[in-house]
Amino acid sequence: MRKRKYIIRGALTLALIIAFLALLQRLLMPKYVDGIVEGAFVAEYYKEEKDHDVLFIGDCEVYENFSPKVLWEKYGINSYIRGSAEQYIFQSYYLLEDALRYETPDVVVFNIQSLQFNEAQSEAYNRMSIEGMRWSPSKVGCILASMKEDEHFIEYVFPILRYHSRWKELKSTDFEYMFKTKPVTFNGYYMRVDARPAENVPKGKPLGDYSFGSNAWKYLDKIRDLCAKKGIDLLLIKAPSLYPYWYEEWNEQCETYARENGLNYINFLDITEEVGLDYTTDTYDGGLHMNLSGAEKLADYLGAYLQKEYGLEDRRGDAHLDAIWKEKAAAYDAEIARQKELYGLE
Amino acid sequence: MEELLEILEDLHPEVDFETTENLITDGVLDSLDIVTLVSEISENFDIAVSAKYITPANFNSAKAIWNMIETIQNEG
Amino acid sequence: MLFTSYSFIGFVLVLSFLYYLVPGKHQWKLLLLGSWLFYLFSGPWNILYILTTSLTVWAGALRIEKGYGEKKARIKELKKADLPADEKKAAVKAYKQKQEKDLRRLFTLVLVFNLLILAVVKYSNFFISNINGLLGEGRQLSLLSLALPMGISFYTLQAIGYLIDVYRETIPAEKNFFRFSLFISFFPLVIQGPICRFEEATEGRLFAENPFSWKNVSFGLERILWGFFKKLVIADRISAAVNTVIGDTSTYRGAYILFLMLMYTIELYADFTGGIDITIGVAEMLGITLPENFKRPYFSQSLKEYWRRWHISMCSWFRTYLFYPVSTSGPIMKLTKACRARFGKNRGRKIPMYVSSFVVWFATGIWHGASWNFIVWGLLNWAVLMISEELEPLYARFHERFPWAEGRGYQVFAMVRTFLLICFMNLFDCYARIGDILSLLGSVFTAGNYGAFFGGGVMELGLTGLDFVIIGLGLAVLLGVSIYEETKGSVREMIASRPYLVRTLVWTGLFTLVLLVGAYGAGYDASQFIYNRF
Repeated sequence: MRKRKYIIRGALTLALIIAFLALLQRLLMPKYVDGIVEGAFVAEYYKEEKDHDVLFIGDCEVYENFSPKVLWEKYGINSYIRGSAEQYIFQSYYLLEDALRYETPDVVVFNIQSLQFNEAQSEAYNRMSIEGMRWSPSKVGCILASMKEDEHFIEYVFPILRYHSRWKELKSTDFEYMFKTKPVTFNGYYMRVDARPAENVPKGKPLGDYSFGSNAWKYLDKIRDLCAKKGIDLLLIKAPSLYPYWYEEWNEQCETYARENGLNYINFLDITEEVGLDYTTDTYDGGLHMNLSGAEKLADYLGAYLQKEYGLEDRRGDAHLDAIWKEKAAAYDAEIARQKELYGLE
Repeated sequence: MEELLEILEDLHPEVDFETTENLITDGVLDSLDIVTLVSEISENFDIAVSAKYITPANFNSAKAIWNMIETIQNEG
Repeated sequence: MLFTSYSFIGFVLVLSFLYYLVPGKHQWKLLLLGSWLFYLFSGPWNILYILTTSLTVWAGALRIEKGYGEKKARIKELKKADLPADEKKAAVKAYKQKQEKDLRRLFTLVLVFNLLILAVVKYSNFFISNINGLLGEGRQLSLLSLALPMGISFYTLQAIGYLIDVYRETIPAEKNFFRFSLFISFFPLVIQGPICRFEEATEGRLFAENPFSWKNVSFGLERILWGFFKKLVIADRISAAVNTVIGDTSTYRGAYILFLMLMYTIELYADFTGGIDITIGVAEMLGITLPENFKRPYFSQSLKEYWRRWHISMCSWFRTYLFYPVSTSGPIMKLTKACRARFGKNRGRKIPMYVSSFVVWFATGIWHGASWNFIVWGLLNWAVLMISEELEPLYARFHERFPWAEGRGYQVFAMVRTFLLICFMNLFDCYARIGDILSLLGSVFTAGNYGAFFGGGVMELGLTGLDFVIIGLGLAVLLGVSIYEETKGSVREMIASRPYLVRTLVWTGLFTLVLLVGAYGAGYDASQFIYNRF
């Protein structure tokens, strides 16, 4: 009898301590609701109704450059961008694998600029791309593929070990968003309405070796195979960001790969006129990323292309989707208004 | 035994060695005292106290030291 | 594997779990397997060193013991033999001498062989660079690239201590090689000691069946947590500033050196005793008692007392296996006789003692590290100890004259004085080059940068104001606990006697403190997370 009492008391204490530590962990993790919001993108996907026709994977060159709202409103394409800051190619693969557990889109669009990184470059970017993932074999694979030498798997399992010293810089938002989140993207699209023209874009410095690393190629193959297995068309693109510099030697390797594997590849840098891009008004940071205007133009072009090439069906008129998008469009427009006021435009 | 007590008292006049136990464990004798003691014993009793005999147990009280001296004498 | 690594914690947790799962008689075998595995982590070939030492010492000791058995049997035989008494006596004597000589030869062989292993891996480069210094430029020998196998300084001493004990017939030799191997390679011990004696390990239940006991496990965990507190909250935080100062001898002089002496002395204590807490705590979790290695050394009132309370197992090793044999050795005994004849009884018996202490402190110094600064450090200790030995009568007279000097105030003064002396000597631990150390010591009086140091320099060493506050609070906790243990007794026992809620809160609080405030991991720097891609 006494023994049982001890066991119950011990179990209760343990449960309380674990709950306390879990709360502490929630409190200490970065919330990514203001300032740096890129860390919140990956987790946002799980709140979506997962019935997309097109999934984008890649880094800022997808999540800042294409507006899914335009794809819907003009072409009836229901799309989502699984983007994150400096998403490495192996992370793109695992994020795709993760998304395919929930849905099977018709087309996957992958921005190939991350081929240049054979392994992870920054622990902070690893964190922002991985932490938001739900636990699954894909997340485990993603962590193992991404970890730099001084990183530890257990710090992904218990992020408090990584963020333990953040108690020094807790802000009110850390308490406010302990249990809730604030949407920061529109189907993965990160909106900016301000503009800063691209001027004097520096030419790339010559490199010693232009060939992409074997690990990067391996994951491109894996993305290709995964899509093929699921009957998904894979479209490779290079977004029209002027910087970081995209070398012609790199471009050739991508073209060859696409040709040899029967994939389509669009280098938007070559067709800026067809898209109608104007680097004085369509970028907010001098050519690195598109602003709203640029992203809508690109989405418009891409929508027509997707419809033509892959025969995507126009799903406008589906009452359920219409209702969802109506709500999203309202939020989208409200954000435009808010930012315009913020940047003092119009 | 008398001779031994004299040596000890010469070393630490403030200690009553006839009754005190735990000379080592309580830190009454330190390593330098012990070495001094060993050289005195060797001199006075004409025996060789090798390092193997220098254990806390052998030096913890005057009686223990005396027993050790007798053991060495018998061995020789 | 460092104490403060996830792999160490994981290793200990898995091993402890398995330890209480396997039947009691197999527990020590599991520990041996675990220890070998632990050793393999440190480098695949290193284990050969520790196995070689284990094997040679084990076999040597066993052979020596057998030799003693043979000796006794043969002497008995000879005594029974049908011979005239004087012939019998001569035969016994001759045999005894021969057998003892043989055993001594075997003992010396094993001893020297193992010392040589240590000497080659640890001191080759020290030796070569000293020769290079003599050779002058142009004829330099190249240094060897030998990795120091984990814990070799500690386990070699432990093995040699055992060998000597068996040779002196104070303990029986261990028959089972695997048990002996566990004694030499028990994983918490190979990192930084304590240096155990074989009977301490046996009495501490290293080979015993240890059924699960909640008290052992909880006390062990508490001790480990306390060790982590010292290491992570205090030592590893201070180390940032200490390393900055040590790393740049041209910038950080004068006031910085005083700062370094103080901070390094604190860091060394928190780091070393914290590590030993973890060692002892891990063993305690497994039901094994290891000897204590520290007794709040910074409360010592003299250097002599300090060396009874600091790194106790090492001091005791050097005392038992080096100081006593040297000071009772033939040459020293002869010297004693000569000195007595020349200088009288009191003087005469001290001089040889100083000589043997010199040998011991030289050895202690070089054992700490293969460079001159450690030798100087050892000899400094020797000098201070011998001077205070000489001044002993003076002190006695002083205390006789001024009885108030027995009071609490004087004791505190003596503690502070000893602490400062240790701070000073620890400087020899920080820099490898004696020239640097002397010049830096001089700069304390000449640099005149005290204004700059307190006017902001102290804040530029890698520690923020908050870090200093944390260190200060950590030290306050440490001091409080130490004072309690010095005057009243075990803090763990005291906490254990409190109501369940109180002790749960105390330990959870300490755990949370170490978790949040500990200086481990990458550290969070918001600027790393700013998306900035140029």
